[in-house]
Amino acid sequence: MSSRKLPPGFREEVLDSDTEEYFVNMGPQHPSTHGALRLALRLDGETIVEVVPHFGYIHRGIEKQAESMNYLQYIMLSDRQDYLTAIQNNWGICLAFEKGLGIGVPERGEFIRVMLAELGRIASHLVFYACFGGDLGGQTALLFGFKEREMIHDILDEVTGSRLTTNFFRPGGSVHDIPDTFIPRVTSFLEHLEKSMVDYERFLSKNIIVLERTKGIGILSKEDAIAYGCSGPVLRASGVSYDVRKNDPYGIYDQLDFDVPITYRGDTYDRYVVRIAEIHESIKILRQCIKLFPEGPYRSKEKPSIRLNPGSYYSATETAKGLYATYVVAASGDKPYRIHTRGPSFANLAALNNMARGHKISDLVSILSTIDPVIPEIDR
Amino acid sequence: MMIPSVPHPLGDWVRQMIPIPELAFLANALICIIAICAVAIGSAPILIYMERKVCAHIQCRLGPMRLGYRGTLQTIADVMKLLFKEVYAPSGADKFVFYLAPMIVLVAPFLVLAMIPFDHNLQVSNLSVGIPFVIAVNGFGILAILIGGWASNNKYSLLGALRSGAQMISYEISFALVLLFVVMVSGSASLMEITLSQSGTILDWWIFKIPVLGFLAFIMFFISSIAELNRAPFDIAEAEQELTGGYHTEYNGTAFAMFYLAEYINLITISSLASTCFLGGFFPPLIGVEAVDTILLKVPGFLWFAGKVVLMIWAYMMVRWTFVRPRVDQLMALEWKFLLPFNLLLLALGAVYIAF
Amino acid sequence: MKQPEIPISPSKYIKRYLKRCITGPISLLMGLSVTLRYFFNPKRIITEQYPENKKTLKMHPRYRGCLELIEDENDENLCTACGLCEKACPNASINILKTKNIAGKKVLGQYLFHLGSCTQCGLCIEACPFGAIRMNQEFELSSESVDSFDLILNKKEGRG
Repeated sequence: MSSRKLPPGFREEVLDSDTEEYFVNMGPQHPSTHGALRLALRLDGETIVEVVPHFGYIHRGIEKQAESMNYLQYIMLSDRQDYLTAIQNNWGICLAFEKGLGIGVPERGEFIRVMLAELGRIASHLVFYACFGGDLGGQTALLFGFKEREMIHDILDEVTGSRLTTNFFRPGGSVHDIPDTFIPRVTSFLEHLEKSMVDYERFLSKNIIVLERTKGIGILSKEDAIAYGCSGPVLRASGVSYDVRKNDPYGIYDQLDFDVPITYRGDTYDRYVVRIAEIHESIKILRQCIKLFPEGPYRSKEKPSIRLNPGSYYSATETAKGLYATYVVAASGDKPYRIHTRGPSFANLAALNNMARGHKISDLVSILSTIDPVIPEIDR
Repeated sequence: MMIPSVPHPLGDWVRQMIPIPELAFLANALICIIAICAVAIGSAPILIYMERKVCAHIQCRLGPMRLGYRGTLQTIADVMKLLFKEVYAPSGADKFVFYLAPMIVLVAPFLVLAMIPFDHNLQVSNLSVGIPFVIAVNGFGILAILIGGWASNNKYSLLGALRSGAQMISYEISFALVLLFVVMVSGSASLMEITLSQSGTILDWWIFKIPVLGFLAFIMFFISSIAELNRAPFDIAEAEQELTGGYHTEYNGTAFAMFYLAEYINLITISSLASTCFLGGFFPPLIGVEAVDTILLKVPGFLWFAGKVVLMIWAYMMVRWTFVRPRVDQLMALEWKFLLPFNLLLLALGAVYIAF
Repeated sequence: MKQPEIPISPSKYIKRYLKRCITGPISLLMGLSVTLRYFFNPKRIITEQYPENKKTLKMHPRYRGCLELIEDENDENLCTACGLCEKACPNASINILKTKNIAGKKVLGQYLFHLGSCTQCGLCIEACPFGAIRMNQEFELSSESVDSFDLILNKKEGRG
């Protein structure tokens, strides 16, 4: 092996000298890499010796673009990072801008934000359910997940005017108030979702093939999860109870009563369980918000063109994928000097090699889908 | 091999019309071959349509709706598209073997179909060694997958082919053992004899005749035949999510259509085998009540046979769209650790049943 | 990383083996019960037959489709050619060509809108102080020719 030159990215180490290893490119065109992600695999038979993720196929330079845009225009670009959690990205960025402007959000505005963000979280986790089932080979689960997600997107469409790229929150609140039909629609949807989730959990959670395929696969230890900077369900499945909504509450999350689901083995099944539990927690949060929903203004008054006070501002939010943080350096003028985004998928993907080594190709697919990466957010 | 010797009005008529016996034999054989091919190839688009509708309704969709009444012509259009596409091989492929594979993939299902008794006098060939012949021929299909995957010059294809080979070797055993169980209890290896041994009421079918054991054997047959068919959940050779299509990654156009066709003809063959061996073949499900039975008996036998085949195919489709795919090693573990011991136990219990 | 398997005693192994023989099929049947229920209940089907249901398909009032100027029955618009929407647009999809009317006042000549580069973010509508533009509910915006994406929104020149 040592005489052969390794392709770029692989480590110079020989694991098994009896067999000849070979290299396979998984992606950028592959059904289960969730987009244009390329995984270079070093295989021994079907066993994975090493995985090297290569990304950047859809790099658009969003952070550089931000320097030539004013603050309001940048919110539009945050939709196009993690498109499954677009509404939560909007929130994260607006949070940083609000710190720079020194303004707050009226209570009704906060409730609108929480409700839409939790709906987005459910939608994102449903896509995870769908892709996870699909990657394990059950095409029916794929359609099941997308069915309920479609209803959420219809609600988002009515409120924000767009299904996926919502671009709804602004510093100080949101573009519109919610329509009158929103609360009844969410109430009836939650009832429907709870009924459907019973079916969906029965469909996958206890299925013996799923259990065999996922238990003890892709274990990420607590120490490794912290060392790789993982966040979100990937981190919580490894036994670290860290959720920005609880540990560093923003918005009105400190007034709401919800739990942070946590499991300890850190394998593929645990990451699945955590996400399903989070759907139920989000339903709980939404129910409380419906009960507490206040009247009043939805947006605080501010000037049409916003200028942040010079300085640097940091905001951290918990999207469905994990810690989504924004760092804004503001100079004078209506354009940011620099905006940096810390995306959760990017950090979580770094742990892939650690999780997948020694497993089979089939397991790599299921491990990758439990990381739940969104490629535009990794490439940015 | 194909001896159209079964007494049938059509065969007798041909024998009467053509005075030379050798010529009459050839004419009969030709009729049989054409009939089998027409039935199998003709029903494949119907099955594809059925599969798309079944999976759509499971997934709360409607499926094809545009072309023809409720999308009935959709599969015809798809087949036309496949046939008119350019066929090309990837660079570095072994061209001869690459194009040989889709041709031999169709051989096995047709040979098995020739053994199936569709009605009292509707069978191409009544071999006395029907079951061993079926087992022997059925392994032929895997050859096409193996050489097709190897000749594609693609690592994914090769992996799929190797997976498929390992899977087929394992599941052939339990497939053969279950059929052996049927041969043992019915006392004959001829498929016609097996069917005739199930005459009587619905309780005389092999699935019900032996309490518990018959049903267990049927389940065993069902599981191992899914693996034999290379269908989900045991489609590790294709494994779209892992291997981007496995052995037929590089195939397109007509060559791919052949693989596709073979999958569905295989489905017909295995379902026919299941209804012959367990579900009473062409016998109607008589329940012992005179009034109902006379009505049931008026329906021709091949319609009952077709109905049972469709029922079996529907069951295969439900399973396909419900379960996720096990990993390669788990598939092997299922065969060697679970199915094989159970099958051997089944054979022993079957022997006990015959003895008493 | 793959963890080494912990060896277990034969009695434990057999116990687990038998347990799996019973729980496995039950769990599979549970999954099958879901799909059977869905299969035999056509009411659950949610497919929308899109081109056929065009007449009944209504987008929500906030839906962001194609940009248009709000015009009254005389094709008069409210635009004053102030250019705020042009500035608010993140990808330069709007060009406002000003002209002078008979009185010598600056008014809107042509409101150029490049649909091809528009991302339907809606910032122009927020920026407009006069409420002169809106996004309609049109969603079938694809076209065969590139030229059809460059639109002139106003029919008359602005009032100033």
